[in-house]
Amino acid sequence: MEETKFTPQTWPDKAEQATLEGKNKFVGIWIFICSDITLFASVFATYLSLKDKGPAGMEFSAASLFELPLAFVMTMLLLTSSLTSVYAMYHLKNHNFKGVQIWMSITVLLGLGFLALEIYEFYHYVHIGFGYTQSAFSSAFFTLVGTHGLHVVIGLVWIVCLIVRNAKRGLNLYNAPKYYAASIFWHFIDVIWVFIFTVVYLMGVLG
Amino acid sequence: MGHDTQFQAKSKKQYEYDRHHNAVHMRKQVVNFAIMIFLTFLAFAVVVADFSAYFIKPVILLLAGVQVVLQLYSFMHMDDKKASHMGVISTFVWFGAVIAFTMFLTFLTIIWW
Repeated sequence: MEETKFTPQTWPDKAEQATLEGKNKFVGIWIFICSDITLFASVFATYLSLKDKGPAGMEFSAASLFELPLAFVMTMLLLTSSLTSVYAMYHLKNHNFKGVQIWMSITVLLGLGFLALEIYEFYHYVHIGFGYTQSAFSSAFFTLVGTHGLHVVIGLVWIVCLIVRNAKRGLNLYNAPKYYAASIFWHFIDVIWVFIFTVVYLMGVLG
Repeated sequence: MGHDTQFQAKSKKQYEYDRHHNAVHMRKQVVNFAIMIFLTFLAFAVVVADFSAYFIKPVILLLAGVQVVLQLYSFMHMDDKKASHMGVISTFVWFGAVIAFTMFLTFLTIIWW
């Protein structure tokens, strides 16, 4: 059944939830996201309570460290990648597999751009002496932003695997929920980033 | 068995209607995206404009809140009440938000340096 060939006219509405397996995947990814909310809540709370704290006379502070132009470009990249994965899901609804693959690939490219900038940023901080073990502030910062970065890496690997493994299979009820779950996860990464750029970067430069 | 389902070919009229409906929905998503971009610009702009921190902090937190709700309900389809188990999902998400808030409150009030 799952390998049935569909045409746009036989493709069911809500194809990602047409099977029991699809429904399970849909609820499953959401339950995972809810547990992830609490993970991020704890690293966020840790960061906020340890912000600017460290050894006496520490030269580093959020106000002097963070630069808004870089955070702005990273935000735009991730926000746009969220829209491109919405486009992929639009084509999934219309049973246009090529569209899904192309828009998911664009999402991956934007995600890679974001990741490259984040790696550059971390490299820069470590280079000027703000390493992971430098202070309570640096540990909390790298743990928070790094955990988000790890999610981006996992999301990218996940989507690339989907694109490659299903390249010859075409769209069916077996892989539609998989694409859908990956897209929900990718949006969640963007949700977390909205809080990171607000709480860490914008409120950081305010001091 | 987990992969079983029933489906039937749509009539031409129904098919065309659904395609149109999907396209209209996608246009709404693009509008939502434009709103999110605008809110992001606004958040960065009030910080760069150098207003008082007492004004900026609540405003950018509010903007972040609006943007996240927009993401959850439009891009992540939490507005789709017909989706499988959406009631359970909403409950978990908002309960997660309550736990997150409690955590902020605790960490910011009982931890000192």
